[in-house]
Amino acid sequence: MTTTLERPPAQPQPDERVARVSLARRLLVKPEFGALVGVIVIFVFFSFESDVFRSMEGAANWLDGASTVGLMAIPISLLMIGGHFDLSAGVQVGTAGLATGIMTTYWGLNVYASMVVSLCLLLFIGFINGFLVTRTGLPSFIITLGMFLALQGINLGVTKQVTNTVQVSNLNLVPGYQALKDIFGSQISIGGHKFQIAILWWIIFTIIGSWLLTQTRFGNWIFASGGDPNASKNVGVPTSRTTITLFMLTSAMAWFVGNTQIIRFSTIQAQVGIGQELIYIVAAVIGGCLLTGGYGSVIGASLGALIFGMTQSGIVYANWNSDWFKTFVGAMLLLAVLANQFVRRLATQGRR
Amino acid sequence: MSVEVTEQPPPASESGSDAPMLEIRNMTKTFGSVISLSDISTTVRAGKVTCVLGDNGAGKSTFIKILSGVHQPTKGELLMDGKPVVFHEPRDALDVGIATVYQDLAMVPLMAIWRNFFLGSEPRKGFWPLKRFDKEKAKKITREEMRDMGIDIRDPDQPVGTLSGGERQCVAIARAVHFGARLLILDEPTSALGVKQSGVVLKYILQARDKGLGVIFITHNPHHAYPVGDRFLLLKRGKSLGDFDKSDISLTELTGMMAGGAELEQLAHELEQEGDTETSAIGHEIAADIGTGTTS
Repeated sequence: MTTTLERPPAQPQPDERVARVSLARRLLVKPEFGALVGVIVIFVFFSFESDVFRSMEGAANWLDGASTVGLMAIPISLLMIGGHFDLSAGVQVGTAGLATGIMTTYWGLNVYASMVVSLCLLLFIGFINGFLVTRTGLPSFIITLGMFLALQGINLGVTKQVTNTVQVSNLNLVPGYQALKDIFGSQISIGGHKFQIAILWWIIFTIIGSWLLTQTRFGNWIFASGGDPNASKNVGVPTSRTTITLFMLTSAMAWFVGNTQIIRFSTIQAQVGIGQELIYIVAAVIGGCLLTGGYGSVIGASLGALIFGMTQSGIVYANWNSDWFKTFVGAMLLLAVLANQFVRRLATQGRR
Repeated sequence: MSVEVTEQPPPASESGSDAPMLEIRNMTKTFGSVISLSDISTTVRAGKVTCVLGDNGAGKSTFIKILSGVHQPTKGELLMDGKPVVFHEPRDALDVGIATVYQDLAMVPLMAIWRNFFLGSEPRKGFWPLKRFDKEKAKKITREEMRDMGIDIRDPDQPVGTLSGGERQCVAIARAVHFGARLLILDEPTSALGVKQSGVVLKYILQARDKGLGVIFITHNPHHAYPVGDRFLLLKRGKSLGDFDKSDISLTELTGMMAGGAELEQLAHELEQEGDTETSAIGHEIAADIGTGTTS
């Protein structure tokens, strides 16, 4: 054995075979490639249609819109690559904001303590989602649909019970509010134009999420759990733990986004986030995530959110009838799915 | 990692004079009222290939799952290097050096070769919270280990889904060998492959054997088993039809027993009795095939 395993030192041969794969093709196989093309096309398009769109002020506006979707699209894309959906992600944003709001303004709890409690609550919700999915083996679509409906009711019911209205407001009157506003809801001035700080958070979390997915062991486990859970289990990947962690990450981000909303506007509606869960999935899919799991990109998902934000604002700036916005998003989604399918075929069939 | 492997003493000398690497004694497994395996015994030695042959439903899968720690035997014991061992979960079997290469290869088609190679045992570098997957190391080792098995992979970044069946099998075997397997269990590695690819895989089995590993080769094809095997365990409906050394059994006998021996003989006999020349010719042919025509 000693002799057979003594191998000649690997020659540092630059792999000339890699060069045979053309650059265009290598780019094409990247999951985020389609979304990047989409971003460029839509940016150029609306820049021609509207002066405001390409101005700094316009950019600040559409980046803001993109960031609310983008922040959630980050964990959702990880979750989808890990092979699951979270339909309750949207309402969880509401749950987080409402919980913090009610605890501070109605129950008089310290605002930091409230935020910690609401984080614990959200992590618990994420854990329940993940636990039920891994334990029952039922599709996460059904489990989180149940959670979505349950939370939707709780959000409205508890809010009405406590406040007699359908919103929680006046967070700005709570002691300690200003420091939180600086972190979550302030604006940064670039060249005299004010950009929401959420945009910065969005960029930071995109980098962290992408690093997590592509550079760490956990990232490898995410790909594996989504790609083939049985095979992963057989080689020792803790797929259940990975799945539960992903659901909890999603909830943690919902906590961040929900608290950002209530801190920024100092008020939050009980229905907030309903319907958004599908938008997050749309962003992730436009960004190259496969619905079947095992493939995708965090950067792609953020680019998908950027497309969403640009389109949403661009339609208004271009003086189009914004009623048609969703039609546009739907067409984008179909196009993205078709492109993804094509790319996956390229990726799995390889050279023949 | 490769250095560590080189420094390890050869498993053959480690296992002492005569104790087999793995001994299976009177193993029985029942699922409720279903007897999946009953009273199975065999041995696996370092540098030898033990073939487990059986048709569908013979209990081959249960056999593998017990050895790899997925199931626990109802009765009987496993001895590793002469010492009894109990596996509660797959990790336990891996820890003593039993690696199973599953039929589905435990690989994720959409993931790159190097990501698959280290799946579940990723090398890491850096400190928390910046601890990360050492990708350069993973790619380098993957390429080296594959070259050791005689496959020059074009690009470790290519998804496993783009490899041929034989190449995938090779990645799986190379992976098991790299992670310090002393005993390889190969679950029907040739069943989904063409003639040429099967030959390639049989060559890998011999290479693993020559490295001093013990190999359990599960198959239903005696023509694949006989050339590479040193010992043959035949299973049928959960029972052992025998545990033979290569010197005690010929390919014809092996094929005959695999094909259902006595029953085929009966069938051949019946066909011969038909009187019809055509059917009796088929009967003669079967008889010749299973070796009963000459031996009994």
